[in-house]
Amino acid sequence: MNLDTTTLIAILAMAVVTYFTRIAGLFVADRLVLTGRAKAAFDAIPPAVLVAVIAPTALTTGWAEAIAAAITAIAAFRLPLLGAVAVGVIAVVVLRNLL
Amino acid sequence: MDQASPFVSTPRREIRAGLRDIAPVAVAALPIGLLFGAVAAAKGMSPLEVTLMSALVFAGGAQFAAIETWISPAPILTLTFATLLINARHVLMGASLTPKVRMSRVQTLLAYFFLTDEAWALSERRALERPVTGAYWFAMAVVLWANWTLSSTIGAILGSFLGDPERIGADFAFTALFIGLVAGFGRSRVTLVTVAASAGVAALVHYFIGAPWHVASGALAGIAAAYLAAPEEPRS
Repeated sequence: MNLDTTTLIAILAMAVVTYFTRIAGLFVADRLVLTGRAKAAFDAIPPAVLVAVIAPTALTTGWAEAIAAAITAIAAFRLPLLGAVAVGVIAVVVLRNLL
Repeated sequence: MDQASPFVSTPRREIRAGLRDIAPVAVAALPIGLLFGAVAAAKGMSPLEVTLMSALVFAGGAQFAAIETWISPAPILTLTFATLLINARHVLMGASLTPKVRMSRVQTLLAYFFLTDEAWALSERRALERPVTGAYWFAMAVVLWANWTLSSTIGAILGSFLGDPERIGADFAFTALFIGLVAGFGRSRVTLVTVAASAGVAALVHYFIGAPWHVASGALAGIAAAYLAAPEEPRS
């Protein structure tokens, strides 16, 4: 069980920065009263961020991933969350073997 | 004897709701944690270092990005900046969620240590119907945190014994999970425009510029698209 000093500092720096981003919103929220378009933009943050994180994997990795992502999206509107994840994972395994 | 009304929230009921909501997420995150630990070990991190990173940073996206660029000795400034960039979304998530949580300021400061995409998305969904209580939040948070820390540690210890993660599709679980969470936000015109703009810009930026810039740029494109797609507000 070794612990490198530089690695430890890097981990602590990542942890501090991450905690800062997590609590910063708490202090901004008081001053944010949004309506209309601004509210629509704010409400769009969740899907916009989630999609941005996975877009490279889903769209530009290969056909198997792109088709599996589309299948997952269709399943997601009909199945509970875990069901959709299962469909997606099975789809990508099958497609990788086919394509 | 007090009859529990279905409309009154008791801590026990809130905890049960939190556990029920987080269960599928924890199951989906399990192979991702194993995968992270295995990849980190392959890059030269010790199991103890993996445990510390998962327990203290507790942010999958940032951790995967860090591991992807991991060299020894660790480039502290580069890792810190990439982490800040990837996790900047937390600021918006916290700001959006704060009016909907029923916790004191001190409780919230502790609670937000556990802020993740998943816990936040589930809380936003729950907030459509009722406020998010501390019991609900911490039930979710502790399960997800323990799950992530343990699974990545086990992954680091097992390391190469796991075999090729792509063969069992484990690498795609994260993507499928996020697609499922996005679907929970519905199919309104504004949402569809948001998703299309974010996906398009993120994919292009990732392809031509590279990680981690696709996260911030894709998210901003989606937000801007929602602003433009939404009906103009009446003058007041």
